[in-house]
Amino acid sequence: MTTLPLVKIAGASNAHDSAREHVTGAARYVDDMEQTQGLLHVAIGSSAIAHGKLVSLDLDKVRACAGVVDVMTFADLPHTTDIGPVFPGDPLLVESIISHLGQPLFVVAATSHRLARQAVLLAHAEYEEEAPVLDIVDAVSKQVFVRPPHTMQRGDSKTALDNAPHRLQGELQIGGQEHFYLEGQVARARPEEDGGVTVWSSNQNPTETQHLVANVLGIAMHRVNVVVRRMGGGFGGKETHATACAVFASLFAGRNQVSVNCRLSRRDDMIMTGKRHGFLNRYDVGFDDEGRIVGIEYMLAGQCGHSPDLSDAIVDRAMFHCDNAYYFPDVTIDGLRCKTHTVSNTAFRGFGGPQGVMAAEAVIDEIAFALGRDPLDIRRINLYGNTERNITPYHQKVETFTVPRLLNELEQSSDYQARREAIRQHNQSNNIHKKGIAITPVKFGISFTVKHLNQAGALLHIYSDGSAQINHGGTEMGQGLMVKVQQIVAQELGMSLERIAVMATRTDKVPNSSATAASSGTDLNGMAALMAAKEIKQRLVAYLIDKHKTSEACIRFSADCVLISHEEQVDDANVCADDNAGGTMYSWPELAMSAYRDRVSLSATGFYRTPQIHYDREQAKGQPFYYFANGAAVTEVTIDTLTGETEILRTDILHDVGQSINPVIDIGQIEGGFVQGAGWLTHEELSWDAKGRLLTDGPASYKIPAIGDMPHEFNVSLLADSPNDAATVFHSKAVGEPPLMLAISVFAAIRDAIASLDNHQQFPVLNAPATPEEVLRACTLIAAKRSA
Amino acid sequence: MIQFLYQDERVALDSAEADLTVLDWLRLHRHRPGTKEGCGSGDCGACTVVTVSVKQDDSGQPVLHHESINSCITFVGALHGKQLLSVESLAQGETLHPVQQAMVEEHGSQCGFCTPGFIMSMYALYQQDEPVNQLRVKIDQALGGNLCRCTGYRPIKAAASKALDYREAQVGSKDAQSGLSDSVNHSDALISRLQILSATVADANGFLQPKTLDTLSGLFKSNPQARLLGGGTDLALEVTQQMKTLTQIIHVSHVPEMRLIEVHADHLVLGAAVTLSECLTLMSDRLPAVRELLLRFGSDQVRNQATIGGNIGSASPIGDLPPLLMALDATLTLRCGDTSRTVPINDYFTGYRQTVLQEGEFVLQVTIPLPAHDSLIAVHKISKRTEDDISSVCMAIHLPQNNGVTQGARVAFGGMAAKPVRAVNTEQALEGSRFDQVTVHAAQAALATELHPIDDARASAGYRLQVAINLLQRVLLGAGK
Repeated sequence: MTTLPLVKIAGASNAHDSAREHVTGAARYVDDMEQTQGLLHVAIGSSAIAHGKLVSLDLDKVRACAGVVDVMTFADLPHTTDIGPVFPGDPLLVESIISHLGQPLFVVAATSHRLARQAVLLAHAEYEEEAPVLDIVDAVSKQVFVRPPHTMQRGDSKTALDNAPHRLQGELQIGGQEHFYLEGQVARARPEEDGGVTVWSSNQNPTETQHLVANVLGIAMHRVNVVVRRMGGGFGGKETHATACAVFASLFAGRNQVSVNCRLSRRDDMIMTGKRHGFLNRYDVGFDDEGRIVGIEYMLAGQCGHSPDLSDAIVDRAMFHCDNAYYFPDVTIDGLRCKTHTVSNTAFRGFGGPQGVMAAEAVIDEIAFALGRDPLDIRRINLYGNTERNITPYHQKVETFTVPRLLNELEQSSDYQARREAIRQHNQSNNIHKKGIAITPVKFGISFTVKHLNQAGALLHIYSDGSAQINHGGTEMGQGLMVKVQQIVAQELGMSLERIAVMATRTDKVPNSSATAASSGTDLNGMAALMAAKEIKQRLVAYLIDKHKTSEACIRFSADCVLISHEEQVDDANVCADDNAGGTMYSWPELAMSAYRDRVSLSATGFYRTPQIHYDREQAKGQPFYYFANGAAVTEVTIDTLTGETEILRTDILHDVGQSINPVIDIGQIEGGFVQGAGWLTHEELSWDAKGRLLTDGPASYKIPAIGDMPHEFNVSLLADSPNDAATVFHSKAVGEPPLMLAISVFAAIRDAIASLDNHQQFPVLNAPATPEEVLRACTLIAAKRSA
Repeated sequence: MIQFLYQDERVALDSAEADLTVLDWLRLHRHRPGTKEGCGSGDCGACTVVTVSVKQDDSGQPVLHHESINSCITFVGALHGKQLLSVESLAQGETLHPVQQAMVEEHGSQCGFCTPGFIMSMYALYQQDEPVNQLRVKIDQALGGNLCRCTGYRPIKAAASKALDYREAQVGSKDAQSGLSDSVNHSDALISRLQILSATVADANGFLQPKTLDTLSGLFKSNPQARLLGGGTDLALEVTQQMKTLTQIIHVSHVPEMRLIEVHADHLVLGAAVTLSECLTLMSDRLPAVRELLLRFGSDQVRNQATIGGNIGSASPIGDLPPLLMALDATLTLRCGDTSRTVPINDYFTGYRQTVLQEGEFVLQVTIPLPAHDSLIAVHKISKRTEDDISSVCMAIHLPQNNGVTQGARVAFGGMAAKPVRAVNTEQALEGSRFDQVTVHAAQAALATELHPIDDARASAGYRLQVAINLLQRVLLGAGK
């Protein structure tokens, strides 16, 4: 008897495909590439003022500096000079107008990275300075925008507010966030014989970079090949802001006909590349005696920096998420894209969504305080319903909404009610250290809200020895996309993982890819790869049917073999065939060689586009999201009321990833997203001086979480038995961004702890990040009013 | 000539630039790109490597000592007489080292860029000649200088713990007490190779490594524009951040007097080149109150390099040791040419990064009086982040007790002025009184008007003052326990 068990590969907790290379140092990143003969290194000279005009630029000393081979200014740019990804506004080099401090004025290519950086310091620029607008409050009051305001509306919020039994207004400022990917921006360009260029780039968006390199060089896209094997972290920061390095390296490579490396120092990276948008959010909410929201109006103002970049879509996503998990009967949302003379802010995990969810959770907390209720009760009463109260402000129906189940299970598993009581008692007997607890959900819309981006391609080769290569348009930045796609292909073809090589993402293998962003990597590229695998499988099945005069039902691909039995295979657990009865087992080398010799094509492309989605932005109506990802977290903190220092004592997370393709990879995304979000809301503080100079320009002053900052107790679980109702790849759900918003439970818990200073009689005015200084300020305010 | 081992290979450098970093040597000269540059300032740990040097154990026997350091801010000359190990050094063929194996099994890498640094920090922990159960509580300390932006750290901690399990499981065939192989930390062949290398002349092109105090002080007196190098955690930033070229460096750590450690019943004498890691070991027993401060001073990688003299010499207003040393009435021995003088640390700082040091003069030793057992000592550091952050406010308070009243009160601050300062009016308010709520209120009132803190990206002046005042209350609350 020959047995061929069904092996479940999709769903297994396989290690990251590069784990072994990571731990041995063998994994290569762009800056690790060979130092080729004549290799040049780029450094960028940048503006020392935030706003004004460049009057003169003296580069004589730069040119004369040891090691300098080439220097470029605006006048040297051969073709397109703007690298704005959606709208113009991002000049590659300044011509005259300066709109932020750190804006590139000129670039130097030298024989070493160090010599290039030393050379740029010798430039002398003269400016005509103008007064800059530097912060969001100023920009809102001056009404300066990079894109026009946009409004979403359903019902009549004004009448609803006027008639509401209770009504309150609030304001919340939310700081931005530096990506702090451990590998800074970097690209390597090699000139090719046809006038084209090959670019190795740490980049979430190879096609966009291919497009912009071609535009700047004035050549067709087919002459530019962009290659991305892996990034040392991306988080959105390499979606559009990876382009400049690639373009500068390509320009110098063309001019000098040598390979060129462009790597930003950490300080340059922090000063010259965009961050998460800071927001100023205002709300006016009406509610009934039970705390049920009857009407709401929002103003969400994002600090975009000096240019549009992706800010239209980012502020839109904030607007799409200021409901979070809650139903608003009558609602108006105004979204502002404010212009400041700071670096252009860009995509960052959540893409505006977190700033919207922060507003929603502030509203809920403030209602709870006003009514003297536990915020969890107010959250529950406002949740979207399944059959009614289920229409979002943008008129999409909320379906398969797992938040009620998540909250119930988490309330039990985290022992929320008993701990809430224990905290109340602790706070009564402790004057200095106050504890707080909060449970917050997240509902996050999955799909690019720009419809055409929701497509992906893949390319699968099987070689005559039975080994395979999979290419697709998605990029690996640590999120485990490659191993998930490998698992998907392996599952479909019944191959072992080892048989399938994960290839670098290349624009000459899969064209017209979208950025690996919006949590869509696996949904889009996994599905495209699955389509390619199905295509080859179908060809092989047809071939085997013909060759063995059998039927499809008698062929099984599993356990790294292909079995043709005499009887139809009905038993899913085990398949048995009797060798003596003439069943045939192929190993993959045997099958591939046989198919090759019989001239069967073993290469196929796959293509996927997300179904059902549509959105009319003019009307702010439609179904922009294919489905929603859900999760919930409960966090307990303690604050020190003498110093404002905060500790995260415990966090429990229950998250819905649908039917997981790789549980350990998904848990890694959830844990990492949560801690990154907690950093954003606690000690990651961006600070500029009055001239627009970023003061927090390195890890000595900008503090991302360190090992002691993860919750002292950290329990993360995946929601069981919850396959995605939408027809996603193996009914999984996207996981990249949603968990970041679970960290809002930390912020709400801090607010809860501060409020205990006055027995929850006052709603603490707390802005993000809740640094020790901000927490102490909020505590002092509460204490002052209490004693007054 | 600078001589060291990279793995098993002897490296001899004579003409390298004086300010060549270990990171650039590995990546650019040796084409070993496994070690990464994350920040170039010693704050992220992606460039962590391990150095192995010969030290003496308690019985005076030579043993191998493993230390994690940031290779981005270490000059290659500082490797003289040591062995350098990078992430490429650990696996034996296809067999991963237990720390690597544990990281794979616990899914401790995502993007992988910080991973080599974590591996080396874990390896340094793994190799410490201490029982495993003592190492388990040091995981956060050992990894506190490594930043990861992807994982949230949970699987990395789990991997460190698992690696120690693997070490423990090897007990039996290995040293029963520590679980470490005899051959690992007591390899006679490696010890003697390193001893031979150490004994060689270490001077190289622009990188001088005097071995006697007279040579050092003579060199510096005749060449005062040369830069003195202790650990280099501050000096190297001029190269990697300000893009300066340093052509003349005098490394002080081979001079025995600079490395002096004397423990007396009532005081300590420490050479200026004693590292903060060594201070931590020494002071943890004798001054438990300062242990927490030292654990929050930089990271293991920084403490393994940074010196007590460097922290005093750089005269930063936010250095963490000066307030403590001021509260303890430490004195400094300064050396210039062949003359020495003694200066109370309270008279040493004269302004923003200004001191009484004359041209060609340097800090030789620090004498630290140990407080009486009934003295009240407290040190508090406030920063945005607990690990590896710079103080917004650092307060050291020392209240000697005489029949229940304070005599000789010292209250010193970092971050509250352009230089480390004592709050003399606050001291006055504490002097001659019982340390109780009434006294603290008086001290708080005095403090509210006597200092004018700095305002920067770390904290506002108002916050600093408020916290400083509140910290006096914190000390009182602590004293009651």
